[in-house]
Amino acid sequence: MASQAKNNVIDPIIDNNPITLQVLGICSALAVTTNMTAALIMCIALTSVTAFSGAIISLIRHHIPSSIRIIVQMTVIASLVIIVDQILKAYAYEASKQLSVFVGLIITNCIVLGRAEAYAMKNSPGMSFLDGLGNGLGYSVVLLVVAFFRELFGAGKLFGQTIIPVANEGGWYVPNGLMLLPPSAFFIIGLMIWAIRSWKPQQVEAPDYQIHQVHRTEVL
Amino acid sequence: MAEITQKKGFLGQLLQRPNDDPKKTIFIAIVLCLVCSVMVSTAAVSLKSRQVVNQKNDIRQNILAVTGQFEPGMDMEAAFEKFEVRLVDLSTGQYAETDLDPATYDQRKAAGSPDLGVRLNDQEDIASIGSRAKYVPIYILREGEEIQQLVIPIHGYGLWSTMYGFLSLGSDFNTIQGLRFYEHAETPGLGGEIENPRWLAKWEGKKIYDENGNVEFRVARGYVDNNSPQAEYKVDGLSGATLTSKGVSNMISFWLGEDGFGPYLKNMRSERGIN
Repeated sequence: MASQAKNNVIDPIIDNNPITLQVLGICSALAVTTNMTAALIMCIALTSVTAFSGAIISLIRHHIPSSIRIIVQMTVIASLVIIVDQILKAYAYEASKQLSVFVGLIITNCIVLGRAEAYAMKNSPGMSFLDGLGNGLGYSVVLLVVAFFRELFGAGKLFGQTIIPVANEGGWYVPNGLMLLPPSAFFIIGLMIWAIRSWKPQQVEAPDYQIHQVHRTEVL
Repeated sequence: MAEITQKKGFLGQLLQRPNDDPKKTIFIAIVLCLVCSVMVSTAAVSLKSRQVVNQKNDIRQNILAVTGQFEPGMDMEAAFEKFEVRLVDLSTGQYAETDLDPATYDQRKAAGSPDLGVRLNDQEDIASIGSRAKYVPIYILREGEEIQQLVIPIHGYGLWSTMYGFLSLGSDFNTIQGLRFYEHAETPGLGGEIENPRWLAKWEGKKIYDENGNVEFRVARGYVDNNSPQAEYKVDGLSGATLTSKGVSNMISFWLGEDGFGPYLKNMRSERGIN
């Protein structure tokens, strides 16, 4: 039981990462990773929503009619997201201004609904909470890595503190503007997936089809 | 007593029904909605007061910063008392004669409302804002009787978003004392550089109006040649953010022009005996 709980938290961080292995929740990974502060707040918000929605849905799972299953899950998730948004507006106003609509868009994050549907509907509340926590952390790891590279090379800063003095403020580094645009997050996530799958080759999927080798003799 | 046990029995019966039973489905849906709405509204209502304070302080902080009065950790409530808030009727250029309280007046809401908003036609709408409020709040900082700085709210469309800011004018109602943007969604690092303090510092001391009272100020493309006679009306453009720079330029032209604060500032200048 204890090892199961540990697995639920540890496993999604690298071995079963929702972004790099399952390629879910990419959208917000593009939008909120231009600086570390925004990414960190987003990670905390998403992790708490995933964990609590898992626990709540698991708690009522025996009474959820299958015909309105998804709606019930969405209602729970949406309520939690609104609560998180309200809390951010009250206690972290600056950050909530920066994240603007993206906190609200956690509702549409595939990871949250994915965990509710795949795990919380079939497992106990405690385990579902840990599963949500683990998946939230897996998402957070990727987001923070992406934000680290984007903020460092795009603005020469980390958490708003200057690390590399940039040229237009009198330093030597000419920042890479591409890093601040959404496509750079795709590149970084792609490189991360490549790196992780080279390290753990069991994550590589079997090819869908094989290109048929045509021999000269067959053509003739 | 008997009623309660019966009720419990009814609830228990309902929960024991198969999950796909229509009665149970409706029951679960209603209960879930009720519980969720209570949770959400409790959170919204109980946090409301803090959120309002945050919003107010955010505006105050920007007004204090644009006039060079802001220090981190200061008591904003007390510092803000120095400012006099008035509503200006933009079309007449006089202080508005209304019962509206300037402290609680919401310019954005007013711009959209039928009786307090004014629709702009294509020619007037240089800043691409669609409609403007009839009355706009201004923040006056006095030294003794004399107006020392005048802070006006400005907004206009950039590349992706409407940019909101404050512009502070000096006692001649022509010299820029400061500029701050407090809300926008321009590309970070490119258009987002409108928040860069180094760029904003370049605005200080620039002039808006030429001798004839026309808005001469522009955001230049590229760098400003400091030897040219036009240099006092121009500020460097942001590299890599041509459209955002253009938006900022248009915003200034609109808000200080005839459909913005032009008439009001003209009145103020003639009151002071400047042209």
